[in-house]
Amino acid sequence: MALPRLDAQALMGAALLAPAALDRLMPMHLQIAADGHVVHVGPTLGQVSPVPLEGLGFKALMGVLQPRGIQDLAGLRAADGGQVRFRLATEPEIPMKGLCVPTHDGGALLNLSFGYAVTSAVEHFHLTCGDFACTDLTIEMLFLIEAKSAAQEEQRKLNMRLQGDKQRAEAEALSDGLTGLANRRAFDAALMRCIENGAPFAVMQIDLDFFKAVNDTLGHAAGDAVLAKVAAVLKKETRASDLVARVGGDEFSILFVRFVDVGSLLDVAGRMIAHIEEPLPFGKQACEISASIGIAVAQGAHSDTAADLVHKADTALYASKFAGRRQATIYSQGLEEEVARNAADLPLPRQ
Amino acid sequence: MHGLVNRSIECFVRDTYGQMAWEDVARCAGLEPATFESMLHYNDQLTHAVLEAISQRLNKPREAVLEDVGTYLVTHSNTKAIRRLLRFSGDSFGDFLASLDDLPERVKLAVPDLEFPRLELEERGNGQFCLWVRGAHAEFIWVICGAMRALADDYGALVLMEGHDPVGGTDGFIELHLAALSFAEGNAFSLGAGGAN
Repeated sequence: MALPRLDAQALMGAALLAPAALDRLMPMHLQIAADGHVVHVGPTLGQVSPVPLEGLGFKALMGVLQPRGIQDLAGLRAADGGQVRFRLATEPEIPMKGLCVPTHDGGALLNLSFGYAVTSAVEHFHLTCGDFACTDLTIEMLFLIEAKSAAQEEQRKLNMRLQGDKQRAEAEALSDGLTGLANRRAFDAALMRCIENGAPFAVMQIDLDFFKAVNDTLGHAAGDAVLAKVAAVLKKETRASDLVARVGGDEFSILFVRFVDVGSLLDVAGRMIAHIEEPLPFGKQACEISASIGIAVAQGAHSDTAADLVHKADTALYASKFAGRRQATIYSQGLEEEVARNAADLPLPRQ
Repeated sequence: MHGLVNRSIECFVRDTYGQMAWEDVARCAGLEPATFESMLHYNDQLTHAVLEAISQRLNKPREAVLEDVGTYLVTHSNTKAIRRLLRFSGDSFGDFLASLDDLPERVKLAVPDLEFPRLELEERGNGQFCLWVRGAHAEFIWVICGAMRALADDYGALVLMEGHDPVGGTDGFIELHLAALSFAEGNAFSLGAGGAN
């Protein structure tokens, strides 16, 4: 079946559509007469132009961006249904796009849109819902942009809160709640990094002497106060780049990165013991403890595993205990046998 | 219930009655931690417990509390995004009413997982309308009622409204009498203000 033929002549020439109807259908259209001058402007387009467009000629009206060949009305008519991108001479800030069809009177009808500039255009010209035909999806699009931005902002805030929680959880997972020092997990990870890194470093194992007595006679609160004090001493005697960890009830471990001078390490250990031995007042009593220390040095030759190094430092710590506590020992080859002999003669008593 | 709904109720209490009031409500309802995340989902019972706690603390019926939540969503400066999104419906309160049937679709565009009741506006002549609210959460009727009252003010229209809870097999509905479309000077709305108004 043949479709009835509706051409521009039928629509406009025969005045099937009054200009007011065209205005409602296409509030952003303009009509150019055969002489190249604008004869009619849709209401929204009229509103966005600071000067009346009626009567303007092609050159005064627009600068065409694409296709570049269009210089005059004949060019526009030749575009026939194609997309034309341009700037209105009266509003050069806002690029527009339009659909151009030739009219039978030798002129052209151009229906315009803001394209991607729509958000800035709507703001710039203070347009309202009524300025667009209801079939135009501009309002829906503006709604969507604003709704999605709001939802995205909520999502962003949630992500920030979750990230904060995650960081807190990670910090808690790697630190000791009582002293704020690193915990065993953090120490193990740092030790692995040191070994992989290959730089020289030292491992120091510290075991408190007579701590159990404080806990038993003065109570857990006194014990906690002692641990906090020890943590403070260890922090004070180390550099920020060293890692101080509480790895057990009254056991501490320290990693000294790029610090392997045996004499200096023993000096540091001696100062630690001296400070730890300073009595800590608790109520009317005083907590008096000491510490035994074992040190193992890794020269960065990659020969020792983490377990080897911890074992060496532990061996040195036992040597300090067997030698009468309150002292530090540096691990040296053959120390295991010496400790084993001492252990056979005199099993190390728990405090 | 979607976190946005819960969060709206929380913000309503905090912004209107203060942080202490909200903490009381959260404690009463057993909400721990005492805040909702707007992008997560919560058990419906928690929402009901919170509403019950608010109703008791403010000594107000639940319906009145929910209406106040609706009004808050449209009028408070902290939630101006919602008022703006609603004002995209048209230039007059009449346009807004005519677009109500589309509101669930628009809500879905903004927040795809928010369950929103179906709305049907029935015109009964002489400025009388009936807005049917069909769907799971009957509480929405009162929130919509409060929001529509505030929006009528925002448009400058004079509207009388009465909400009706669902009874038996019948959906809930809101009776509206549009007495005057432009009764007072409405608030300005500019499409592109991006939150300014």
